[in-house]
Amino acid sequence: MQLPPALHARLAGAPGSAEPLPVERDPAAGTTPFSFAPRLVRFPREHDFFEDGDVQRHLYLQDVLTQVGGAPERPRVPEFTCQVAGCCQVFDALEDYEHHYHALHRNVCSFCKRAFPSGHLLDTHILEWHDSLFQILAERQDMYQCLVEGCTEKFRTSRDRKEHLVMRHLYPADFRFDKPRRSRGQDFAVDSRIIWRTDFSMGDFYKALSISPAVPGAAEQVLAEALGDDRAPSEGDAMEVCSEHVEPSPEPAGERRAYSHRIPSTICFGQGASRGFKSAKKRNKHQ
Amino acid sequence: MWSRQRGGLKPLRCGVEQLRCRRREREAALRKARREQQLVSKRLLRDEALEEAEEGCVAMIFGEAEIQQFLRLAQRGTEEKEREGALVSLRRGLQCPETQQTFIRLEGSIRTLVGLLTSNQALLQLEAARCLHELSHSEQSAVVEACLPATSYLLTYLSGHSSDFISPHLTVLEALGYALSQLLQAKEAPEKIIPSVLGSTLPQHMLQLLQPGPKLNLGVAVEFAWCLHYIICSQVNNALLITQGALSTLGLLLLDLAGAVQRTEDAGLELLACPVLRCLSNLLTEAAAEAVGGQLQLRDERVVAALFILLQFLLQKQPSLLPEGLWLLNNLTANSPSFCTSLLSLDLIEPLLHLLSVSNVVSVLVLTVLCNVAEKGPAYCQRLWPGPLLSSLLDTLAFSDTEVVGQSLELLQLLFLYQPGAAQAFLQQSGLQALQRHEEVAQLQDRVHALQQTALHG
Repeated sequence: MQLPPALHARLAGAPGSAEPLPVERDPAAGTTPFSFAPRLVRFPREHDFFEDGDVQRHLYLQDVLTQVGGAPERPRVPEFTCQVAGCCQVFDALEDYEHHYHALHRNVCSFCKRAFPSGHLLDTHILEWHDSLFQILAERQDMYQCLVEGCTEKFRTSRDRKEHLVMRHLYPADFRFDKPRRSRGQDFAVDSRIIWRTDFSMGDFYKALSISPAVPGAAEQVLAEALGDDRAPSEGDAMEVCSEHVEPSPEPAGERRAYSHRIPSTICFGQGASRGFKSAKKRNKHQ
Repeated sequence: MWSRQRGGLKPLRCGVEQLRCRRREREAALRKARREQQLVSKRLLRDEALEEAEEGCVAMIFGEAEIQQFLRLAQRGTEEKEREGALVSLRRGLQCPETQQTFIRLEGSIRTLVGLLTSNQALLQLEAARCLHELSHSEQSAVVEACLPATSYLLTYLSGHSSDFISPHLTVLEALGYALSQLLQAKEAPEKIIPSVLGSTLPQHMLQLLQPGPKLNLGVAVEFAWCLHYIICSQVNNALLITQGALSTLGLLLLDLAGAVQRTEDAGLELLACPVLRCLSNLLTEAAAEAVGGQLQLRDERVVAALFILLQFLLQKQPSLLPEGLWLLNNLTANSPSFCTSLLSLDLIEPLLHLLSVSNVVSVLVLTVLCNVAEKGPAYCQRLWPGPLLSSLLDTLAFSDTEVVGQSLELLQLLFLYQPGAAQAFLQQSGLQALQRHEEVAQLQDRVHALQQTALHG
């Protein structure tokens, strides 16, 4: 089937079309014994017309399934370490490293070091957590934007937004955003390689602890929250979207955030920290 | 692409002929299944794979406790290998219907799987995707339906705003698309599943995944294009899809596909071409398509150019898909003077005529498209004439297939009506003899006589 050479150029050219030729029908056209009339044709799912294409599709799927069942070959490289400051994760496959980097280092908040799965979520986090103007505006208007692209709904509170995400977009009821709060039943998996961080100041931490919250035990709560590190190899946290209200603490959101974000997300100092760990664990109910 | 041969451990020993024979057998089995309305049966897909399964995995029926154990290990194990291993074991178990049932009834299991599917550990994510694959093979709609709520969330996460797709994400997306496509093929899909899918943001996500551009991944696009096809041909609410830009996206994708087939010998483009052609063709029949007809895509003659490039590609690669391509051409040209003019101005009549010898079905469709052009009047017929059209028609009149001949007769009537000199030329080329052959055929005789009259007496 020889195509006119100009056709390929036309495809690459600008959109548009030639002026249509004038239509002029004779009433005798398509009259008995003839019957032609131009018709739009539609085929329902089970129609025989689709047989060939369906069979080809299934042949392809059969081939694919035999592949999926087996383990893929993964090219190995000599072990190397992630070069991001403070991260000591080791890899022996480039694919794993790429994944790790994108998941944990690509979209990192420069204020609080939390990692997000996408630039959009990072931007939203920064706006809601590190922009003082946001809180002021939020008192008067709906500022919490739905996280699903294309959905333009805005909400008065993060909780309302969460409800919308669950009801309208079928998010799991216990998803979390931005707040490394441990899901119930999930143990905090301590990864010794990323415990010691050097890119925050101890001064910040002590200052944070010295603010006495209205509710006793809340400091520990705060610490526990902070220790719930989303950088740990735990599941379900990669896409966290949530309320900034942390049950059961009833403090006003603004106040708590003012210091909690300044607590480095990974920290472990001897006794104090392990106490924090333990209480986090105790607080977690098992599934 | 490797696949384990039945009973054979040494693929090198299988000759090409043997492989072809094997494929023909599989094809025949699938055709038979489709006619018996059994093609959707996952059993067919699974049988092949199961027969070659490793020993032991077929017999694994896990109870609640075991499943919980695996999930816990996968989620919280300290050793990566341990976590992966747990998922591998779980996956094997999920090949059994009993284990699948137990799994979905276990509280939190799907949620855990979703969490693993969004893991920041590539290997876990991949293994979780394989588990999802197993679940979507289930014969029991309850199992597949259990996965549906998670799909929206997963699609958001995987496709929302990530600027780069990395390979585990792509695998998971592909698995999701596949799972969804299985779900959408269920018998009860049009009543139960498709309405809820249409009511969610899934269609928008799907269309996003079909947008041409650097982020378009063939494997993922194939799965979601098929999903879209199952939704559209079920005719639940296609108008909604049109308002969400389905025609526009698919039109652009068609252009992109045509570009791709020119650039590469890439195996697999026909896998995407098929559902795209079907979706476009069916959507064009909707009244809502008229309303958006003002949009450039529906008048853009590049669509016609793209379609012909694809037809040429299909002729080489997958001739059995030619009817689907020509179906789209029919729907584009039927009520569109604009597209009919494009066929003429882009010199596509002759290439179209070349397809007349492929098969009867293809010939009928080609002739139908030509009729679409001719019926628009003298200005169109003038551009069809002279040229190879007459000799092609004389050829088709020699076919024995009644439908092919019938459609040729319809075209002749239009040409005689609108093009002075056509009847004359027909006579001169022994057209009458060609007609005579069919004088006794019931479905054809009236039309044959009418044409004979016109040719002889004007």
